[in-house]
Amino acid sequence: MADLMTNAPTLARHVLRGRPEAMSAAEGALGFALPREACRSASLNHTHALWLGPDEWLLLSAPDAGLGGRLEAAMGTHPHSLVEVSDRQIALVVAGPEAEAVLSVGCPLDLDRAAFPVGMCTRTVLSKAEIVLWRTGQQTFHLEVWRSFGAYLRAFLTASAVVPVAD
Amino acid sequence: MSAPFRTEFGGQIDRRKSLSFTFDGRIFQGVEGDTLASALLANGVHLMGRSFKYHRPRGVLGAGSEEPNALVSVRRDKARFTPNLRATQVELYDGLVAQSQNRWPSLNFDMGAVTSLLSPFIPAGFYYKTFMWPRKAWNHLYEPAIRAAAGLGSAPTEADPDRYLNRFAHCEVLVIGAGPAGLAAALAASKSGGRVMLVDEQAQFGGTLLAATDALIDGKPAQVWLDETLATLAANPKVTMICRANAFGYFAHNMIGITEGLSEHQAHPAAGAPRERLWQVRAREVVLATGAIERPLVFPDNDRPGVLLADAARIYLNRYGVKPGKRVVVATGHDEAYRAALDMHRAGVEIAAIVDARPHPIGPLVEAAKAAGLTVREGFAITGTLGELRVKGAYIAPIVAAGQVGQTQTLTCDAVLMSGGFTPSVHLFSQSRGKVVWDETLETYLPGQSAEAERSAGACRGKFGLAQALADGFAAGADAARHVVTQTFSVEAVEGAPKGVVGALPHNRGNGAKAFIDWQNDVTTKDLKLAVREGFQSIEHIKRYTTTGMATDQGKTSNLNALGVISDALHRPIPQIGLTTFRMPYTPVTFGVLAGMARGDLFDPIRTTPIHDWAVEQGAVFEDVSLWKRARFFPQGREDMEAAVRRECLSVRKDCGIFDASTLGKIEVVGPDAAEFMNRMYINAWTKLGVGKCRYGILCREDGFVADDGVVGRIAHDRFHVTTTTGGAARVLGMMEDYLQTEWPELNVWLTSTTEQWAVIALQGPKARTILEGLVEGIDLSPEALSHMSLTEGKICGVATRLFRVSFSGELGFEINVPAEHGRKVWEAIWAAGQPHGLTPYGTETMHVLRAEKGFIIVGQETDGTATPDDVGLTWAVGKAKPDYVGKRSLARSSMADPTRKQLVGLLTQDPAVVLDEGAQIIVTRGQTPPMKLMGHVTSSYHSAVMGRSIALAMVSGGRARMGETLYVPMPEGDIAVTVTSPVFYDPEGARVNG
Repeated sequence: MADLMTNAPTLARHVLRGRPEAMSAAEGALGFALPREACRSASLNHTHALWLGPDEWLLLSAPDAGLGGRLEAAMGTHPHSLVEVSDRQIALVVAGPEAEAVLSVGCPLDLDRAAFPVGMCTRTVLSKAEIVLWRTGQQTFHLEVWRSFGAYLRAFLTASAVVPVAD
Repeated sequence: MSAPFRTEFGGQIDRRKSLSFTFDGRIFQGVEGDTLASALLANGVHLMGRSFKYHRPRGVLGAGSEEPNALVSVRRDKARFTPNLRATQVELYDGLVAQSQNRWPSLNFDMGAVTSLLSPFIPAGFYYKTFMWPRKAWNHLYEPAIRAAAGLGSAPTEADPDRYLNRFAHCEVLVIGAGPAGLAAALAASKSGGRVMLVDEQAQFGGTLLAATDALIDGKPAQVWLDETLATLAANPKVTMICRANAFGYFAHNMIGITEGLSEHQAHPAAGAPRERLWQVRAREVVLATGAIERPLVFPDNDRPGVLLADAARIYLNRYGVKPGKRVVVATGHDEAYRAALDMHRAGVEIAAIVDARPHPIGPLVEAAKAAGLTVREGFAITGTLGELRVKGAYIAPIVAAGQVGQTQTLTCDAVLMSGGFTPSVHLFSQSRGKVVWDETLETYLPGQSAEAERSAGACRGKFGLAQALADGFAAGADAARHVVTQTFSVEAVEGAPKGVVGALPHNRGNGAKAFIDWQNDVTTKDLKLAVREGFQSIEHIKRYTTTGMATDQGKTSNLNALGVISDALHRPIPQIGLTTFRMPYTPVTFGVLAGMARGDLFDPIRTTPIHDWAVEQGAVFEDVSLWKRARFFPQGREDMEAAVRRECLSVRKDCGIFDASTLGKIEVVGPDAAEFMNRMYINAWTKLGVGKCRYGILCREDGFVADDGVVGRIAHDRFHVTTTTGGAARVLGMMEDYLQTEWPELNVWLTSTTEQWAVIALQGPKARTILEGLVEGIDLSPEALSHMSLTEGKICGVATRLFRVSFSGELGFEINVPAEHGRKVWEAIWAAGQPHGLTPYGTETMHVLRAEKGFIIVGQETDGTATPDDVGLTWAVGKAKPDYVGKRSLARSSMADPTRKQLVGLLTQDPAVVLDEGAQIIVTRGQTPPMKLMGHVTSSYHSAVMGRSIALAMVSGGRARMGETLYVPMPEGDIAVTVTSPVFYDPEGARVNG
């Protein structure tokens, strides 16, 4: 279990929403294109953009990268909303050959690699907690969860993983 | 090998592994592979239960989940005691302790059986007829007596110590049932490369193949083909096979609920081993291969222990190596019983006779029986059984005309095997909202048009023969997988005719004879006929009146025979009578598996704030507020809540208090149209609110009633920091998003929840500024720079902060927002700085009292979803010049301005020591008796330390026009006189917030 679930490193987080012209401007600052396909992510170095809605992305970056300031400067007066939520949520990484099965204890989505490929991300639930689930590798998932649900999520995953989940 | 009815060889059991078990305290021996039922039968024990209503002795009837009689309780320890298990499904393990039910003092001698003597007085609809009057007797006499007599088994008294798991799964093809059709379907579907799930309720896959003796598949014995097929499927990584799996519910869009037994069958489950798992499977396509259930024959005393279904007897013989008796009568209306008779004959069981109700049975199985020298009595009905706790003989008589029999003959025997044919199991199909259709040829209901992406295959749609079932299953599997593949195997099997008999056999035993239709609910042909005589015509009514088909087995063995009897009585064909709808669960499921992991600490998320642990260390007492734990008060020494709250309140008014407000909902409203959006959502006007200023916002629903409230700060021209109530955070965000996306998509504004981004520390009291001064950087706390209802940004303890000057206590107050990660650090720094100034931590209870002293409402306490802003005294907040806002139109209705509406007022009891009950009613004159004219109710009531007396807030009809009036609060001890006052009790001028 210790191997299965680890804390993700500290991250800066922003929720970016707005009109297309603002997004185009933001891409200049990001250095890569925001994913426009539903539930897909895009990354460059240690900065990641997760599609959460037609006009909504969750941006994850290194804590001291100054991403927020650069984005605001780039977007200027183009209609947009950039809100820092670094402390709103925490992240867990669930990894290993059992990862898919353990998450399937509480997540109703189809997590098969064909249905939920690497790079896919979505808001969903894990049992009674809302999460953002992001597949970062064949056997690796990154989970974003609001801070106060963290203890519940850890306990649920621990309870899910101590039993034989392989069939 | 001491069991007298065990065969020498054959079957799916291991005779070398002896298992010891007890049934009703007696020790027996079984073997590995037995069920409790097969092990008892091997020991010659047929009597396994007493019936529900008449307490008649009952033997095992079936061999699977259809069993209506042999309900037992299995006990592992005090907390692990499971009632109402079917002995046919209880896998034997060494040391198993089982007991029969519904009997006292013992199964052989049951006092409750006297009800059988009273049975002439317990007709169908007995309860409805008997317990009608006197009406009062229901509560005191009838209902308790019926409760005591009713019910099967007893529930364990301890909490369930077991663990249960959950699993969501997805597949392209789900096959339910692993008999011939299901296996063939899975085999065909697995060739598509898609994900296939195969589930079966039994411990072993194979269904009827496990008891097959004479069939050849691909030139090999059926069981060899079975083993090879299972190996092929198991080797395919895309195939998931689950046994002990009860597909109990068919939900919308091909969601199937399945419970999987994990450790119940083990003699010594590992400590903490989960007992069961709930699978919630979403399947693109479903193949129902649920088979068919043999129909009993309906004749007098057909419930005598030793009377069992012919195919069940064959399963006991071929699969478990158990003979049902030494000399048996085979009573039938269907060819399959001949197969059972032949197998019995070959195993050395004497066949007294095959008694066939059909006048001229023909076919290969009939011929084979005759060729083997078995006596066949054609055109004979079985008309009764002899014996008490075990059948000793059978009456048979020739059928001479429709419904009439001739001279009775008696056959001695120790078991009767019966078969009326097979009823397709359409339960899950029916659950999926598919409509069944009557098949005239087979005389049974079959699946009709599908409502879901599913298809039935094999015996559950009337394809009874082995070759037919395998071919049908294979085709269904290929179809479900959308894969073209041809059947790879051939089948050689002797097949009988599919049709049997439905309804009751004729007899000459008189009116007193009991011919059972529904074994589990003790419903006889007489009950059904009586219901028809009394005027019931619809099967839905007859079912409820007689309870036929309403037991835990849902009429698996009885439904079609019941329809046959009703059809005869009504002189109407069965399809005109209909069929009741099947409900989940197919077989009963435990509450534990439905609760799953949601128990104890995992019952619900317990949300805690960044300051929670500090409060725990300080000995705070917590209360639940939605999913949050909030500190309610901080007792010192042996203080109770009242004393602690009194002290906390006075400290805030005199010095300063510190309060964790982190749970308040927060929404960041950002974009060029932010102020316009706020104007449309909230009743207040926002355009002129300056940057750095705050306003108390009130949100109404479309109906004009107050939905939520909170302080809103303008961070920038295009950015608002909106707070909501703790419980309303998600609801308000949802409502705002709804409006934005559906009504005003043109607005350039976006919403982001920041509830958990910020830890919020409320510092309230005259010394608040003094305490904070040394901690902030770049912030001027002076009243000139930071007046009441304004905000600023800067740093505190080196951490970026949004610092609000606001007050929910009426005192000088600040709310310090810092990123949650730093919440505790900043809290502790303020705590330390406050020590010389008498800083006191306070909880939600004190917060409530302080705000009530100031007449501040709490949404959900003063309001109940029917209060307008004006009702709670907030007309001043309405932006009257605004063209529109949510609720404005509703508030313009004349009734909203009715002067008799309930309005917020204060109440002071004439006796200052009396604290009113919250929720108490208010009346105008004293000494009334119910029904009284109620003028309102008390919404908040506390002892106020600073006022030195009790205070209360109330919603009173026309309250604001009643200032100074005396009203009364009627209580059981007498009316309490109260005076109507302003809701603002303390510091009515509001001078203190400006301190």
